[in-house]
Order: sequence, then structure tokens, then C-alpha cells
Amino acid sequence: MHDITLYVNGIPREVSVPARRLLSDCLRHDLGLTGTHVGCEHGVCGACTVLLDGEPVRSCLTFAVTVAGREITTVEGLATDGRPSPVQRAFAECHGLQCGFCTPGFLCTTTAFLRENPAPTEEEVLEGISGNLCRCTGYQNIIKSVHRAAELLAEEPT
Amino acid sequence: MSIATGQVQGVGQSLLRPDGTLKVTGEFAYSSDLWLDGMLWGATLRSPHPSAWIRSIDVGPALAMPGVFAVLTHQDVPGVKFYGLEHKDQPVLAIDQVRYQGEPVALVAADHPETARRAADAIVVGYELREAVTDPRQAAFDPACPQVNPHGNVVRHQPVRVGDRFTADVVVTAEYEVGMQDQAFLGPESGLAVPAEDGGVDLYVATQWLHVDQDQVAPCLGLPKEKVRLTLAGVGGAFGAREDLSMQIHASMLALRTGKPIKIVYGREESFFGHVHRHPAWMRYEHGATADGMLVYVRAEIVLDGGAYTSSSPAVVGNAASLGVGPYEVDNVWIDAYGTYTNNPPCGAMRGFGAVQACFAYESQMDRLAEACGLSPVEIRIRNAVSQGSRLATGQVVDTPAPLAGMLRELAAMPLPGPGSTDLRALPGGVAQTTHGEGVRRGIGYGVGIKNICFSEGFDDYSTARVRVELLGGEPHVLVHTAAAEVGQGLIMVKSQIARTELGIDRVTIVPADTTVGSAGSSSASRQSYVTGGAVKAACEAVRERLDKLRAGGASLAEVLAAGPVEETREYRHRPTFPMDPVTGQGDSHTQLALCVHRAVVDVDVELGLVKVVELAAVQDVGRIMNPLALEGQIHGGTAQGLGLALMEEIQVRDGKVLNPSFTDYLIPTILDMPPMRLSILENPDPHAPYGLRGAGEPPTLSSTPAIAAAVRNATGLALARVPIRPDDIALAGSALAG
Repeated sequence: MHDITLYVNGIPREVSVPARRLLSDCLRHDLGLTGTHVGCEHGVCGACTVLLDGEPVRSCLTFAVTVAGREITTVEGLATDGRPSPVQRAFAECHGLQCGFCTPGFLCTTTAFLRENPAPTEEEVLEGISGNLCRCTGYQNIIKSVHRAAELLAEEPT
Repeated sequence: MSIATGQVQGVGQSLLRPDGTLKVTGEFAYSSDLWLDGMLWGATLRSPHPSAWIRSIDVGPALAMPGVFAVLTHQDVPGVKFYGLEHKDQPVLAIDQVRYQGEPVALVAADHPETARRAADAIVVGYELREAVTDPRQAAFDPACPQVNPHGNVVRHQPVRVGDRFTADVVVTAEYEVGMQDQAFLGPESGLAVPAEDGGVDLYVATQWLHVDQDQVAPCLGLPKEKVRLTLAGVGGAFGAREDLSMQIHASMLALRTGKPIKIVYGREESFFGHVHRHPAWMRYEHGATADGMLVYVRAEIVLDGGAYTSSSPAVVGNAASLGVGPYEVDNVWIDAYGTYTNNPPCGAMRGFGAVQACFAYESQMDRLAEACGLSPVEIRIRNAVSQGSRLATGQVVDTPAPLAGMLRELAAMPLPGPGSTDLRALPGGVAQTTHGEGVRRGIGYGVGIKNICFSEGFDDYSTARVRVELLGGEPHVLVHTAAAEVGQGLIMVKSQIARTELGIDRVTIVPADTTVGSAGSSSASRQSYVTGGAVKAACEAVRERLDKLRAGGASLAEVLAAGPVEETREYRHRPTFPMDPVTGQGDSHTQLALCVHRAVVDVDVELGLVKVVELAAVQDVGRIMNPLALEGQIHGGTAQGLGLALMEEIQVRDGKVLNPSFTDYLIPTILDMPPMRLSILENPDPHAPYGLRGAGEPPTLSSTPAIAAAVRNATGLALARVPIRPDDIALAGSALAG
């Protein structure tokens, strides 16, 4: 077992895990953060995407011990003082989800994407979030949600 | 949230999802997220063979492992050892033989999921392999074929016989195939079974129909139904795959045996073996028409492979037969639809349910006929389109609006997308393209689909709603309680909107679905807005009637409610339906029919066999729009699943074994595969349905597949009689054409 500290959503979390414990399992089972979903367990669907020092990664392809000491943001950490982030609000407002299982992954991916590219074109949106699968929506309202999130972010006081 | 306040957000408005905030904050509890201290994890040992005798099972090595609490086989099933939706023919755990790869053989409970998995692998099963029956036509028609099921290898044969003229000036004949599609919901099967003090079990699961689960689980546990209580946990998509049981009985057995809560979560690979799929189909169609394209007759043979157990195959066969000619007027029909048993993976419900397979074939035939008659694909469909008053092949008269010809005209008049860009990302294959697009050809295709809404053929199809109005904090408040499964489709909004509309109160809470209220029927057959919507409406009306009486003297709502809540429960049934005649197929088998038409525009690289769908346009008649945003989401999503079937989705089965049980190898459309959509939604009300609405979830899944296939044919000139269309089907056949 390895005693490691993960900085999850700004809080240092100490956890003792075997070397092969996946970050997704560590978050869900050891830390009780079940907002990160596991859809395929091999890095295809993107439902388990979290931010590692701000960059989107597949938590199902990451061993927890390899990210010791790093900053991890999960869907539970996207809101500020209980207020959903602009990306979260946009997905709710634009009906960018149905069953919602893929949503946390899309939210993390989109959050990082819009930080890099705050005013993306249509093509850039498609490419930016093409690594996440959704089975319910046919993606049309997810595309709208990303554009709406960009608008809401632009309106946010800095 | 931007829900308007001070204004009732009722039927017809884009009310936002009440569960939307929880789903974007990560707080929404899916069945895989449930957790109780002290719970154990269940794992399932499954057969690696499609057909074998079981000569021995040694659970000793598994039981000896530290952390293992129980290992169970069929001998430990406390009650009836079989379950099933239509026939109880599926063993809870295999008894002396296995009939498909993935059939559950034994169960383990352990204190950690990895321990449970390892223990399951440590169980030693002595299999004696036997030949697997994997060709559905051989299974059905070859008397020498081994019997997979004790009742023979045909689940159901449904003929349709109308008229006696089977000659015509123009005849087109072809064979078609549809591959096995997976629902591929993103949230794998999972749930939590908690043993109760009364000897019963409380089950928290993601399902489509709580009461039919209860009906199947309780007898297998040897418990009365009231001791098996189900509550809907968060559902990560369904699309038919949760209509059959998966882990429900297994987790309950382990919970009752160990006295501890049991959690079971399938991984993606196990999920491919843990639920039924869309029936693969082989179909032979012959269409006869006059020289000017008027249908004279249709003959069809449809074989649907149901795999090892019955599931819902009989109803799937009924749909394929009754809707087998599509929404076209034709006086002479000779259809034989069969469902078969084989040792292939079991097949059952998936969005479109038997209508999808036939739709691909009859629409492909309409295009062949158009070509033979020198007509456009749109024109031949318009000439033969059903309308209100038309008689279907079953003799059922379409007695509500069915403006198919007008829908096709509207679709054809929609603007077309501009020419393809030379940007590599816009080419078929995207950045994986290896050429500069020299071989890219554009094609346009049309597809039409007709889907029955609600359960058919005499099924007692109903839903129950309990509605209560009370004062909370001095304000009138509505509680709506049904057992209807919210699987992502947005029923939770529709129920809320109906309550607001009927009662004029905008504080509405949807009580979690469970079995303490009567059955709502299944979240399938596009039926919940209709049937549960109808039940909520009826219960609200009953509450309103009582409130009106109480207020007759001029009292305010608050004054009346101060004396106590007002609550009513109502069941709602749609118009009765009738079985198809077993010989002629005649009968008013459906209560409502819904139409959707699609136009697909594709770019095909004929040298590489790559397809890019450039645009999908659709016209759908929904009777009444209940929630525009949610409705559009249903049409988008249904269309995307049809795109998947047309171009990429297939469970590949060889000798009864699944070759691609992962998302690496089973491909579902990504955002780059799904093109922009152009929608026109019509509202021609069905006077028999609440608010005039038509079920909307399935029809777009029917028509998008044939439209895309037709567009690829139009671009390549190839016959392409099988979906999904693979790159090889184009590139290898198309090399002459491209040269």
C-alpha cells in the first residue's frame, strides 16, 4: 500500500492505495466522489475525465499513485461557493444532457477547452470535445451548451 | 437556473430538467454510485462457451479465498429457477447446460470488487462442449438442426396474408441484412440489494419497468411480491437494454444469503453480455408495382435471430410483421416473420423494436422500385403514402392524421447543405484521410418510418399516478408519484408540466419512482408521455374536481388545503388493441402510429470506403409538442442511433462468440460522426391521446438508417443491402467504379 496525498478540488486528501488502484476507483470508492463516472474502463468514452493540474485526463487510465501531490478537479469541484460554473449552467440550460452519465466528463473537458480557447469556432468545438461519447443527445444540444458556456464565461466578472 | 418564476411552466414549454442541476454538479446518484457501509460486492461467473453441458462446478477454491462470503449456483436459487419477460425460460443461473456465451453460471459475494472477481475466476466449471446453433435460418427451417429450446427453434411465426394478386409489371427483389446492434447506454448495469428485517429485500436498480422486475424477481427468491420492494436508482440510459433483468435476482440472492447489502456493477465488457441486443435480421423482399410506381403487392420473409432465450422476441416479431410494408398503401401482402432460437447472444428490446429491421428493407425496396419505374425516391413514396383512412397490411385503418405525403414534400423542399469543403477535417475520415478527397462523391437519400406507440396486440397497457396537493410553508404544492422510470428521456419534466397545466400550481415535486405506487408500465415503446402522462393528467383532473367542489362556497385554495391535503390515484389505459390473427395477421394490433421521415446527405470516399454524413434533416409528426427542448433531444438522439446502425455499430458474432465487447471495437457515433440536423416538427393531434400527443422517441431511429444507406448508394452506385455499411463494402466493391 502507498500513502499518498491528492489535492482534490482544492482539499488535501490522504489515502492509502495499492499501486494499481485506478484514479477513477480511488476517487469513487476511497474518496466517495461518485460524480466521476466510469463508462468503459479503457479510455474510450471519456465519462471519467477529470482535470489534472487543469488538463483533462482519463481517470480510468491513470493510477492514483502516479498523481500523488497533484491538483485534481472533479465535477464536484467545478462549482464556486455552491454556484454551478458557467459550463455547468450552460449544459443544464441548453438541455445538453439526458441521462447525464457522460455529463461530468463533458463538463471537465469543456472547462479546460474553453480556458484554452474562450471563443471557439464551430469546428473547434467539435474537435475540442470529440473525445467524449454521449449516447442520448445526438450531440446537438451539447454543441449548443459549449457555445453557451463560452458566452456565460465571457459575461463572468474576472 | 433560469426557470421562470411566477408563471406556470406547463405543457408545450421548454421547462428545464428538474434533475439537471444534480446531473451537472455530480450529485445525481446513479445505480453505480450507491454505497452502504458494510456492503459486499457481487460478481458473476459467465460461460465462455455458446453451447455446452455443465458436468461439474467446484466452488471450493473460490470459497477458500479470504474476503469471500458466499458462492452460489443454481442449486441456491430459493424459488423458481427461471424468469423472463414473455416466457419464463431463462435460468437465473445455468442448470446443467449453457446456451450462450456470457450466460450466468455462478455468483460470488466478497468484501472488495477485485476479490469477488478473482473468486469468480477461481470457480472450476467442467464444460463438455457441443456444437453451437448459430445460423438462424438453419435453426428455424432445417428439421435436422439441434433444438436450442425445448419448444423448438421458432419463437414465433407471424404471417400476414392480404389479397391474392402477386404479379405486377415491375418487380424488384432483394435480400437484406441488419447486423446486431447494441444499446450501448453509458451507465453499465448496476444496483444495490439490501436485506430487510422482514426477510424481504429492498432493491435499488436502474431499470425501465420496476413492476415487471418485481414480478420476475419475487418468485425466484421464493418471496411474496410485497417483500421485494424496488426503488429506481439513477439510470445511465436504457434504449431497451434494461427491459430484461440483469443483476436484480443475483444481487438479491447474495443479499439474502449473506444478510448484507450487495452491490453489483458490471464493467463494459460484462455489460455486452449482461443485456439483450437488437435482433440481427435476414430479410427477403419482393415488391410489385405498376409501371407508374403504384404498389401492387409486397412479399417478405423476415428472420429475426432472438438468440438463446425468448426475452421480448414474440413482440418484436409482431412489429416486424405488422409494420413490414411500411407506411404505404398496398392491397396484396404476403409476409412471414420469424423469431428464432439459436446459441447466439439473446436479443430483445432496442429502440425501434422490430420496426427498425423491416424499415431498412422496405425503404431500400422503395428506392429500387423508384429506379425501376424512373421515379424519384420522394415521388414514389408520395404516390404510395398512407394517409388518414388508409388500411394497413393488418387491416387496421389509420384513424388519426398521417400526413406522410406532405411530410415528404416538406422534407424535399428543405435547403440542401453547400458543397463539401476541401479542409481535411471535413472529408470522410477526417484527419485520418490519406488522400486529398479526389474520390469523394456526394449522395442524397430518403427514409420513411412508421412505429407503433405503446404496447400492442391486446396487452393490458396502463399506468398509475398518485397526485397530492398540500400546503407546504403555506403555499400550495403538488406531489406527483408514479413508478415510471426516468431513463434520461425527460419524463420527469413532462409529468411536472402536466401537473402545472392541470392544477395551475407551479410548485411541483416528482416523487422518486418505486413500487409503493401501482405499475406505470415500461419506459419503452415511446409510451410514457402517452400512458403515464395520461395517468398524471387523470389524477390531476380528479384532484382538481375535488378542489373545485371544496371551493364551491368561494374559499381560497389555501383555505381548503388548510384542512388537509387532497390526493387522488388514477390508472390510465389507452384504447384497447387486439392480437394479430395467427394465420392472416389481421387485427387492430396497434393503438397509435407515428411517422418520421429523414433526408441524409453524405460524402463518400469511394476509394477508401469512408463515409461522412454531411447533414440529416427530419420531419416528424408528434401530435402535440410537450417540451420543445426535450423533444428535439429525443429526435437528435434517436437519429444518431440510426446513424450508428447505418455506418458503424455491430456486435460481431462468430460461432456464437462476441468478437468486440468493448468501446474500442464496438463503435458508437462521436460528435464528429454526427452532422448538424435540420428539424421540422408537426403537430397533428391524435384525439385519442392525452393532449393529442404522439410518442416520439423511436420513430427517428427507424428512418435515419435507410436514409443514410440510400445516400451512400446514391453516392457510390452500389447495391449495399446490409447495414452497417462497412468501409470494405464500398472500397472493395467500389474499386472498379472509382478507377
